[in-house]
This record gives sequence, structure tokens and C-alpha cells, in this order.
Amino acid sequence: MVVIWLVASVIIDVLFAVFVAPHVPPGRMTDNASDNQFDFNVLLIVAVPVLVAVWTYLGYSLFVWRASRPGAPEPVGGPQARTHLGVQVGWIITTTVIVLGLFLFGTVRLITGQGSGGGEGPNPIWTPTSKDILPVQVIGQQWKFTYRYPTFGGFETSQLVLPDDTSIAFHVTSLDVIHSFWAYQLSVKADANPQQDNVAFTTTTQTGSFTVRCSELCGIWHGAMYNYGKVVSKTAFMAWAKATEKATAANTKLLPPFAYTYVPDANGADGGYYPDNVDPYSNAEVYGATPGKPTPSG
Amino acid sequence: MTLAAERDSEVAYPDPTPPVLGGFQGLPSRPGWFSQHAGTAAIFAVLGYLLGHWLGNVVSSGYANVQLAGTNSVPVTGGLLLGVLGWLLGIGALNYPLAKIAGLEPRPDYETTSWTRYFRYTADHKVVGLQYVIGVLGFLFTGGLLAMAIRTELLSPTSHAFGPGTYISIVSEHGTMMMMMATSVIVGPLGNWLVPLMIGARRTAFPRVEAFSFWIFSAGYFVILSALFYGGFPTGWTGYAPLQTQAGPGMMSYLVGFAVIGLGMMAAGFNLAATIINYRAPGMTWSRIPIFVWAILATCALLTLATPTLVAAGLFGILDHCAQTAFYVNEHGGSSFLWENLFWFFGHPEVYIMALPGFGIVAELLPVFTRKPLFAYKVAAAGMVGVALLSFFVWQHHLFQSGINPDMRPLFMLTTELISIPTGFIFLVGMGTLYKAKIRFEVPMLFCLAVFFNFLIGGVTGVFLSDVPVNVTVHGSFFVLAHFHYTIMGGLIFAFFGGLYYWLPKMTGKTMNKKLGKIHFWFMFIFFNLTFFPMFLIGLLGQPRRVFEYAANLQGLNDFASVCSFVLGASFLIFIANFVWSIFLKPTKAPANPWDSLGLEWQTPTPVPYYNFERIPVVLSDPYHYSEDDPPAVADLGDGTLVTAGASSPASVAEDPRPPVQ
Repeated sequence: MVVIWLVASVIIDVLFAVFVAPHVPPGRMTDNASDNQFDFNVLLIVAVPVLVAVWTYLGYSLFVWRASRPGAPEPVGGPQARTHLGVQVGWIITTTVIVLGLFLFGTVRLITGQGSGGGEGPNPIWTPTSKDILPVQVIGQQWKFTYRYPTFGGFETSQLVLPDDTSIAFHVTSLDVIHSFWAYQLSVKADANPQQDNVAFTTTTQTGSFTVRCSELCGIWHGAMYNYGKVVSKTAFMAWAKATEKATAANTKLLPPFAYTYVPDANGADGGYYPDNVDPYSNAEVYGATPGKPTPSG
Repeated sequence: MTLAAERDSEVAYPDPTPPVLGGFQGLPSRPGWFSQHAGTAAIFAVLGYLLGHWLGNVVSSGYANVQLAGTNSVPVTGGLLLGVLGWLLGIGALNYPLAKIAGLEPRPDYETTSWTRYFRYTADHKVVGLQYVIGVLGFLFTGGLLAMAIRTELLSPTSHAFGPGTYISIVSEHGTMMMMMATSVIVGPLGNWLVPLMIGARRTAFPRVEAFSFWIFSAGYFVILSALFYGGFPTGWTGYAPLQTQAGPGMMSYLVGFAVIGLGMMAAGFNLAATIINYRAPGMTWSRIPIFVWAILATCALLTLATPTLVAAGLFGILDHCAQTAFYVNEHGGSSFLWENLFWFFGHPEVYIMALPGFGIVAELLPVFTRKPLFAYKVAAAGMVGVALLSFFVWQHHLFQSGINPDMRPLFMLTTELISIPTGFIFLVGMGTLYKAKIRFEVPMLFCLAVFFNFLIGGVTGVFLSDVPVNVTVHGSFFVLAHFHYTIMGGLIFAFFGGLYYWLPKMTGKTMNKKLGKIHFWFMFIFFNLTFFPMFLIGLLGQPRRVFEYAANLQGLNDFASVCSFVLGASFLIFIANFVWSIFLKPTKAPANPWDSLGLEWQTPTPVPYYNFERIPVVLSDPYHYSEDDPPAVADLGDGTLVTAGASSPASVAEDPRPPVQ
């Protein structure tokens, strides 16, 4: 039984590692996407021997110890069938070691992975080491995502374009209900909460396009709340950003000034929003960039 | 202690006075048509609903939105609350307190074998148990139909069977109904029916509370179903604010419904916990109670301690809707995180409310079908208590990406992964019991073995979800959905059906058809796996939960899952056919002890008399002495019979001097 288990586990693990692991979602478009792919593969490679062990044992016992088997011996009850100190202690120690090992692995990967692309709330504690971080605001509302680029005058667009080989800070917020910003191939996921600035980091490593989906139920058109973004070269990004800033300048003037969160304007019959909670933490210090200061709009 | 001394110590045991049900002395003691039953309950519920709706309109007549009566939550809430009250009044749940208030003498419960007792408020835990069987099956099959509606919509990525509003209502209704059902699916039917018999008690501790728990549970069915008539609610079963605050009056069905179901859960848990602690027969020590009773006790601890949070959270939501408070309204000083935390503080223990009774059934049945004692009984019991305890410390793993403080993440990753240790004990117990056993593949055993197969996949994928970095990819996707269907449906519901096939011969006195049972099992098992396993892949490939549109390249997998889900749904028809055929149409009398179990519940006559045991049994050892050369007696039934492995031996002890109960 042990031999079957060992051989089957090794074969499945090797086959998985060679043929499947490199293609496991979410791919390798960002550093934390590759990290998450690696973590998933590690967990799966650890899980396979566990699954195979239980299945081998179940299959073996159901076949060998079935009552209908000719000449099946009578089972032996009594105290020796009730407990076995070695087995019990061994089981507890083994499972504890596996679990604590996975916990340590997960924690180390979380911290070295700078939060692994998950939303860290308004006060992130795991941040990329790069000095040069591009802040991008993600605004969720029923039922679309829009993006503001504070370092480019705070223009708002429905296209998410990112430069390659750059650390990005996504500032995710919502204007109404809870959404969740899930940039699938970037392996970024952060809930968009009204009046909260939920920050998630990633560092792009490849160019290409990716999908953004809302992954928190946000009402009837939740299923239709998705769009696409792309990672382009740094020069292409600069060109795009400057062009868009210019093209949308008139629109930007009408927008509420850039802020990390927005609340509905209680007096605005037109359903406007005003900036709230403008400086949750010193942005200039962290990003070496000053997002647009709130200015009285004309 | 000698046997005789142990039995003498029983003198302190309360005499079986009939529980007082309530009702007024003037009413006939054996009521007929003109008395309280489900029919009067329905009439009172309708009257209560109309009164409450009218009252709500009166109360809220100053509100601006009252002109749009369809969007006014106050009359809906009033109608639902008074409707539930009317239901309880009509069935007679409030007779006892009302009689006491009025200074009248409440009348005792009456014994009857008439089929009409299943439509009445009764103190007999065996009747309540069977009422629950029908109740939870009603929930399960309604929720199942909604599930197939969801799968119909997901047949195509772009063309639609339903409008988006209808679709999201169906999704929400499916989730909420199934969760409500799952909290009671084993504790209600099997817990109420079996626990007193297993511990040698004549009744539960609080028979009126026990009946109350069922009748308010059944009211919850209509309350949550009413959401569909108010345009549904868009939040899913998690009910996240501010979507909750934004939603229409269908939301009130959800909030009131969970409050109503929550009261029933607390009542059921409280009653069974008190019964297990206080009503054990002499000699039924903590190391001798069947493992199923341990599972129910651990579950009851969760039911009584976790559910109040849900009821309170729901009340805040009702106030937000009806009284313009701002518990969950961010703009006015409330917080949507408050709901998320309150909800999951209930919601995660609830997950184990759904897992533990399933473990209990599996561990209880394995010794019977392997003819071996339960392996590592104490580890199993400790594991269940450990799971119950730890389950209060894991809830934030639902909120890993929600924007909570990141430094809590490693802690909740640790607690979540730790809980897999006591959960894994069920595998130690199961594999140890199977070792060198004599395995009989009866229908209940097949379901138990399926639980091991399914729960292993569900449990292992749970470790993936608890790992924060991997959680970034799989959170909120179909991966989560597949994971919890594998644990709840693959674990709990399979265990429930195993338990039904196992105990229905005792509960009804009729045998279920074995062949149909096996066909049901294989269809359910195979198509359950074919339905839900692809959903792990669908989730990994980027499909979020609760969407009606998805990437075109996922259509193949989605269609496969949909078609399999229809077969899975159809497999329940086999069960229904078997149930109707074997119990009602062509009943065959079940043998007294069809599985050769040593459990105390099988030692009673069938049908079980009103007081369960003529004489209170004296328990001498745990009921797992299978395949022993010289097995000790399990219990002394007091009529001169000793229960031992093999057959009941002829009288070897003196008969209990006291006369049996009439």
C-alpha cells in the first residue's frame, strides 16, 4: 500500500509539475501573479500525496476487507481495535506539522510577496521596495469600473492601461455598494468599499491584455461588470497617458478633485460626489508623487 | 457500582409526567377538525400578515416613500412579523404562556397515534423529528429547483433564460434557502428524533421549545419564499450592506427570515444541549454516549452561541430599513464592515453547524457496517469540541481581500489552517475503523464512504482558500463555490441521506427499497462530482460567483456542469419515488434491528411508544462492542433483557421491580 501511495504520488506530482504547473492561472503577467501561481502549485504538490494516501487506503480497504470477499476473516474487536496510541499521536503530529508548515509558507510568501496583490486596506504594511510606484485609482460603481491617474492630472478613463516593469499601487474605492476589483491576469483582488481606500500592489513584468471583473455581488448587473486592460511598454504608456490627459482635460475639470474616497453629495440634486478624507497618509512620501490637491472646482 | 445500585440511583430520575403543552381546559382533550392544527396556523398567519401590513402602513404613513407602497419596508416587515406570530398562535405554540398569563390551567399533552398529529403542535420528539424530515426536504428540494434554474441560465455565456434581476433573485433565494435548511438538516430531524432514544431519555428537556423550533422553522420557509413576491433581493445569502440597504422590500424577507430561522436554531440547540447534559440515563457517562450525540452537543453549542449574532445583525438591518437608523450606512456614521464582521462571526461557526452533525452520522454508522468498534472515540469527541471552539476564531478569512487591517491576515490564516487538524480527525476515525473490518456495502454505508471522498476534496481545497496569497486568485470565484458545495452538499447532505436510509426503518417502521436506494446513491454521487468538480476549474479560469455572463471559452465546462446538475437534481426524484413507494404505497414492515446495531435506539419497540422506554435503561458500556469474543452488556433495559453484541440474551438480571409506564 505504501509503495502504491509513494509511486502514485510521485508520478502525479511530477506530471503536474512538468505539464500543468507552468500553465496554472493566473499566469505570469506580474511578479505576484507568478508568485501566486507558484504558491498554488506548491499547495497542490503537497496536497496530492494526502489525497492519494486517503484514496489508496480507502480503495485498498474497501476491496480487501469487504464482507463479500470469499474467506474474509472475522474482524477483531475489543480494546486493541479501539485505540492505538502510536497511530493517533503520529496522525496528530503529522497533520500539525503539515498545517504549521503551510502556515509558515503562506505567511512568508505573503510578506515577501508584498501582500500578494490583495487589498491591504487604507494603511498597507507590505509595500513594494521600488521608489517609483505608479498610483492608479480604481473606482467601482454600479456597474462599471473607472480609473483615475492622479499623477497625470487626475483624469478619469474606463480604460486601464499600465506600464510594463513598474510597481503599481491600486487605490480601490467605491461610490455605492461593495464591489471587488479583480484584475485576473495581474492577480490583484481588492474589495471596493464606499468611503474606504483599499490599496493593493503589483509589479508588472510582461506586456499584454488582461480582464477586470467584479468579484463581489453588487446588484443585478454584477455579471456584466467587467472590462479589459492592458500592460504596455513604458514609453507607450507615457504617450497614452499624456494624450489621454490632454484629450480629457475638459472632462477632468468637471470631475470632483482627485481624492482617495468620495461620498455622495447630499445637497447635489444631480447626484454629484465630493472628495472625502483627502490625505489618509502621506502620499508624497510613499510614492514620490503628489496626487492632485483638492482645489475648489469652478 | 453494581448493576442494582446503579439502577437504584435512578430513583432520583424524574417520573414521566406528561409534558404540559398548553391549551385551555375547555378545549377537547383529543381535538378534531375544530382545533389547532396546520390549517388554523395558515389562517392565523394570513390574518396576522394582513393586520401587520395594515399596521405598517399606518405607522409609516408619514414617510415620503409610502406612496410607493411597493418599496415601503415597514408594512412588509410588519406583515411578515405578525404573520409569523399568527402562525405560531394558530398552531398553538403560544397557548402555554397565554394560559399562564390568563391564570388558566394548561392541559397536558395527549397521546395519539392518529396521522393528524403530524399537523399539530406536539410534545413528542419523534413526531417533531418526522415533521422536520418533511420540512428540511421541502427546503432542500425548493432550493434544488432554484439551483437548476441557475444552471439553466449558465448554459450560455451571453443569451439569457432570465432577466438579470430575476436571475440574481434566484441566486439569492437558492443560497439563503439552502443555508437555512443546512443549519437544521440533521439537528432538526435526526437530532430531535434520535438523541433522547440514544441517551435513554423519555423525552427532551423542553418539549414545548422543541415543537416551537420546528414550527418557527417552517414559518421561515414561507418568509424567505415571500421574497420572490416582493421582487426578490439582490445580495446573495451573505446580504452585504450597502447593497442590503439599497435593496427593495424583498430584503425584509431575508432579514426577517433569518431572524425567524435563527430563533428556531437557538431553540433547537438549547433544548438538545439541555437534554444531552441532563437527561442521560443512569450509566450513560460522557465516555459512553454515542459519537453522534457528541456531534449534536458540539453543534448545539454553536447553534446557541453563534446564532444570536445573526439575529442581532438582522435586527440592525431591519431598523436601517424601517426606522432610518444607520448601522450599515457609511455616509451617516455606520459601517458596511459591521455587517460583514457580524455576519461572518455567525457565518463561520455556522459552517461547522453544517459539518459536525455529518461527521457524527458517519462515525456512528461506520462501526455498524464494519462490525468493529469506533476507532479513537475520544479523539473524535475531542475533535468535535475542538472544531466548535476554534470555529469562533476564523471568520475573518472571508474578508482577506476586503480592506481590513492586513496584519490580522497571518493570524486568521493560522486559525483557519489549525481547524483542519480537528476536522481531519474524522479521517483518522474512519480509516482506523475500516482497518481489517468486515465492510457491508449497504446503502447508508455507501453514503458514509462518499462523505469521505467528497469531504477530502472539500477540505483540501479549503486549505488552498485559507492561504492568503492563493486566496487572492480564488476568493469570490467558482473555486470557493465548488469548495463549499463539496463540504456542505458532499459532506452534510450525503451524511443526511445516509442517516435517513439508516434510521427511516426505525422512524417509520417501513423498509426503504434497497435497489432504488443504490441507484439513487450512484446517480447522486457520480453526478454530484461531475457537477461540482468542473467548478474548481471554472473558478481558477476566472469566473466570479453569481454572474450571469462569463467568458466564452468557459462555456464548455459550464455546460457540462449544467447538464450534470440536471441529472443530479433528477437523482432526488429516485429518492422521492423510493420514499413514497416504500413508506406509503407498498410498505414492507422493517425488521426490529435491520443493521444489527447495538445502539440503544434500536432496542425499543417499533413504533416507539410515547415514552420511549417502559423502564429507564441502565447503560453499562458504549454501544460499539462489535466482534468481541466476550462482549460486555451494553445496557440493561429493566425488563430482564441485557443488550449485548450478537442477539439480546435472555433474562440474566432481575426485572425492575417498578411497574412499566402506561
